[in-house]
Amino acid sequence: MRRVLKEMKPFWLSIVLISVFTIFHVIAELGMPSLMSNIIDVGIVNSDGGYVLAQGGVMLALAVFGLLSTAATGYFSAKMSAGVGRNLRSALFAKVESFSLADVDRFGTASLIIRTTNDVTQLQNFVVMFFRIVLMSPFMMIGSVFMALSNSQRLSGIILAAMVFLIVLVTLIARTVMPLTQAMQQKLDALNRVLREKLNGLRVIRAFNTEEHERLRFDGANRDLSATSLKMQRIMTLLMPGMMFLLNATTILILWFGSGWVSAGELMVGDLVAVLQYVMHIMMSLMMMSMVVVMLPRALTSANRVGEVLEHENSILDPQAPSFGGQKDGTVEFQDVSFSYGDSDDAVLDHISFTARPGETTAIIGSTGSGKTTLLNLIPRFYETSEGRVLVDGVDVREYRQEDLRKKIGYVPQKSVLFSGTIADNIRFGREDADGEQLRKAAEISQSFSFIEEKAEGFESHIAQGGSNVSGGQKQRLSIARAVAKRPEIYLFDDSFSALDLKTDADLRRALAQETGGATVILVAQRVSTIMHAQQILVLDEGRIAGKGTHQELLESCGVYREIVFSQLSENEITKGGK
Amino acid sequence: MGPMGGPGRAPRAAGGKPKDMKKSLTRLMGFVGKYKLGFLFAVLFSLISTLASIFSPLVQGMVTSELFRGSLDPASGIDFQLIVRILTTLGILYLLNSAFKYLEQFLMAGVAQRTMYDLRRAVDEKISRLPLSYFDTRTNGEVLSRITNDVDTVQNTLQQGVTQVVTSVITVVGIFITMLSISPRMTLIAVLTLPLSLIFSMLIVKKSQKWFRMQQKEIGELNGHVEEMFSGHNVVKAFNRQDKVTKQFEEINGRLYQCGWKAQFLSGIMMPLVGFVGNIGYLLVCAVGGLAVIAGKLLVGEIQSFVQYMRQFTQPISQAANIMNMLQSTMAAAERIFEMLDESEEEPEISDPVVLKNARGDVRFEHVRFGYAKDKLLIRDLNIDVKSGSKIAIVGPTGAGKTTIVNLLLRFYELSGGRITVDGVDITQMTRNGLRELFGMVLQDTWLFGGTIRENIAYGRLGATEEEIVTAARSAHAHSFIKQLPGGYDMVLNEDATNISQGQRQLLTIARALLADPEIMILDEATSSVDTRTEILIQKAMKTLMKGRTSFIIAHRLSTIRDADMILVLRDGDIVETGNHEQLLEKGGFYAQLYQSQFAGESIA
Repeated sequence: MRRVLKEMKPFWLSIVLISVFTIFHVIAELGMPSLMSNIIDVGIVNSDGGYVLAQGGVMLALAVFGLLSTAATGYFSAKMSAGVGRNLRSALFAKVESFSLADVDRFGTASLIIRTTNDVTQLQNFVVMFFRIVLMSPFMMIGSVFMALSNSQRLSGIILAAMVFLIVLVTLIARTVMPLTQAMQQKLDALNRVLREKLNGLRVIRAFNTEEHERLRFDGANRDLSATSLKMQRIMTLLMPGMMFLLNATTILILWFGSGWVSAGELMVGDLVAVLQYVMHIMMSLMMMSMVVVMLPRALTSANRVGEVLEHENSILDPQAPSFGGQKDGTVEFQDVSFSYGDSDDAVLDHISFTARPGETTAIIGSTGSGKTTLLNLIPRFYETSEGRVLVDGVDVREYRQEDLRKKIGYVPQKSVLFSGTIADNIRFGREDADGEQLRKAAEISQSFSFIEEKAEGFESHIAQGGSNVSGGQKQRLSIARAVAKRPEIYLFDDSFSALDLKTDADLRRALAQETGGATVILVAQRVSTIMHAQQILVLDEGRIAGKGTHQELLESCGVYREIVFSQLSENEITKGGK
Repeated sequence: MGPMGGPGRAPRAAGGKPKDMKKSLTRLMGFVGKYKLGFLFAVLFSLISTLASIFSPLVQGMVTSELFRGSLDPASGIDFQLIVRILTTLGILYLLNSAFKYLEQFLMAGVAQRTMYDLRRAVDEKISRLPLSYFDTRTNGEVLSRITNDVDTVQNTLQQGVTQVVTSVITVVGIFITMLSISPRMTLIAVLTLPLSLIFSMLIVKKSQKWFRMQQKEIGELNGHVEEMFSGHNVVKAFNRQDKVTKQFEEINGRLYQCGWKAQFLSGIMMPLVGFVGNIGYLLVCAVGGLAVIAGKLLVGEIQSFVQYMRQFTQPISQAANIMNMLQSTMAAAERIFEMLDESEEEPEISDPVVLKNARGDVRFEHVRFGYAKDKLLIRDLNIDVKSGSKIAIVGPTGAGKTTIVNLLLRFYELSGGRITVDGVDITQMTRNGLRELFGMVLQDTWLFGGTIRENIAYGRLGATEEEIVTAARSAHAHSFIKQLPGGYDMVLNEDATNISQGQRQLLTIARALLADPEIMILDEATSSVDTRTEILIQKAMKTLMKGRTSFIIAHRLSTIRDADMILVLRDGDIVETGNHEQLLEKGGFYAQLYQSQFAGESIA
């Protein structure tokens, strides 16, 4: 909250100007009824046509003045709100880009996206509403009350009573509607959930002949939603007619008492007419201010959500005196490394030590949750070790600048990520200055060339957001091409062959082997066939190394490995693979 | 790297324009028509309420006139009986206005909500009749948007818009007549200001819409960029692209700022401008009216009423542009809903279907031709003969058409040629439900729904007893892990069932298929990511599942393939080889190549 208010600071001049022009606008607006009352009480009573025209002229001047003031308010508040929104978004985006994966995990990707987009928009809208409309209300109300009282003090009792009634009415309705709105949102979510499940499970539903069951499920949610919205709508619609009636009742009361006072010669008719218009302004201002009550909680929530991100302290920072690396051959060494997520006591990795050497492939296998991906993520320092050290080129990863460390690494994530743009753009993500020949080579090695070539626009073919217009296997191959184009010292493959069929998998590995030559390759996989030829295989079991060695060695020495192998291969294949 | 702009996932800008407004309106009114009575009464009530509001300023002005007359003529004084009568009338008018406004809104809420219920229901029922090919070309988000956003837009218009139109028209006409009756000359002034405010608002709307559209586009681009970069955070970091993507973001953000404040400013200035024109009219009326009163041609109260009328008069007209926009986007939304409702449905069921009782499970594909797109055949001439009880493994590279065979077996898609038979009966001669009852299915994407574990298993056969459910779970090797879960069979799975592991999800879907006890099984082996112990359980469970049934397995594991009675080797939609493992290896064809390639890896792994 405070963090977001700080963003308003650079706009202090705008805020002052907006306030000044708002007051000008209010003065212009409130001057009108008074002038009209003058026309009646002086001009008409005295039958003074010249006075009527003169007052008309003053009114015109006032109208122009009012218009200019509003335009100025609108101009400054538009620029300010858009500016606040822009600055907040920039600050958020830059902040998130500096986050480590652990920081991202703390908030969740989806939540960070919402905070950078929706929450900022909410805040921006609130700023506009507040400075353009709401800010005017208190000025308008104070001015109106003042003007009304200066015209007739005796009517103040009625005005006060009406204000109290209005506030009570709005509060009552708001309190009834608020929980219903929440209930409605929940029911809408429920309906969406049922429908989304239905769309995701179309085949299963049809295969099991449960269409009728699903129809009833949707119908239940649909009925529920309709009933709640109906209830809410019917209470909500009380608001406008109710307020109108209150306003009108006030008018009648003022006219009634006012008549008596006019009759007693204590009030001028023109004043009475003017007071009626001021009352209208007062009620309108109250309605405007009641809007803040509705909007404020939402804006506050957004402000807090945005503030949380901006105030978050990054868990990984670059060292003050960075190292620029040792022998630069790509050796990766784990020295007694343990890791656990956040404050959890459960160690995901438990005293891991091994060395991955250049020119060799180190493969990691193990069941889900055994810590394979975590282990890989420690090498580019996506996460910080809890204990022990990770060395790259003989230097602790914490001593590098993150950028220098990552320059050495070609990383292929478990979940392939492509960005919208062309295929070439995506491969160049790995090496910005890659020329056509290098692109082609990277594509060939990753077995992407044939499908790229089949596309009408080849390397210039467009990739949709999230890579939704290429298949899972193609996505995986392109994300491998991206890493290959980088020609790094160290390759990290995180289960990056899973969406490929066996043949493509094998072709790709063969081509890669030629390319990676002297580089260090660390590879996580589920399929035994993918890793059985590695020079070194690490078997992970619940965060510990259960075995280390070649395929043959592990077959003889490691029970966990044997179990995995026997679940996937026949005896014939097992021995064959070892040769 | 070039600009990674791309269209992004822009939210639909303000609803777009309907293609045929009249047609959609007629159809929408057809849906509303069911609640004709409520609708008609709502319109009637809105009429009464509006009329009451038209007359009240006139009556209110009578008070002022009487006061003015009385105060100028101390001899007769103010006629308080008259004032009481006028105020009573005014009170009644105010009451009528508010009461009928509420009644109208009350009825309209009913009509709107019931119509929305009907529309959502129609869309939902349509979904179950649409062929699967409809969903291939659309994202779930698109379909969901029909039921949420589009229906919502229509609802808002029904609740507010319809009567707003009625009220506006009546107000303009009614007030015009009343104003004329007070003073034709002042009416002329009022009417002259109208085109002025109309022109102003039109001009501004036109200008600001340009910026709004641009803003919408930039928002879409910005959201797309944020979504991509945050989702791919690890890749951005790994390739040191933080600065680059931040720069891209700044560019979009800067453009958004530029069109954002302009759109905001222009749309914000419209009301004050129209108000200004109103004020000019207001003061002209005051001046001209004041002179008329002096000349004795008009009463003071009449000026007051007139001023109030002027405000009410310009309001609906300055809103005309808004109302048109609203109607347009509503009709566009309605049109999108109707377009979906008009999509061609699955082929109708045959009138005299064959019912297979105690089917053996012989399956034949005879000269099957098929393509997802009409002009692009994927399967040209497929012939398979499967004997009851045998295990068929389907293998082949990605995209060779393995899943297609399953889609055809279950008649999710219609053939382009040839036929598929079960026990000699063409599957098009059965009802879809009748056909699908013969099949059980365990797919790679383990579809479970938010509900208890028991409900999810029982999904295989709705109405199964507790005992049958537990038996199925036992045979699927799921019972023991279910027992260990908090709540056991009553544990509630969340939406994507992420509160149990992938392997456990697989076991549950196997239990579900076992409970259904079908004649023919379809299994799609998971390629990825199940831990070893669960993997062994899954394989055991699958074996149980296949026992004594004809089984089609989309196979990824060599152990499964080796055990199969027949292997279908698919390549580009054609079966290039058939036979068992040994026969195919001996043959030394595509299968052998596929198989060998696994073990030909060199140093990389």
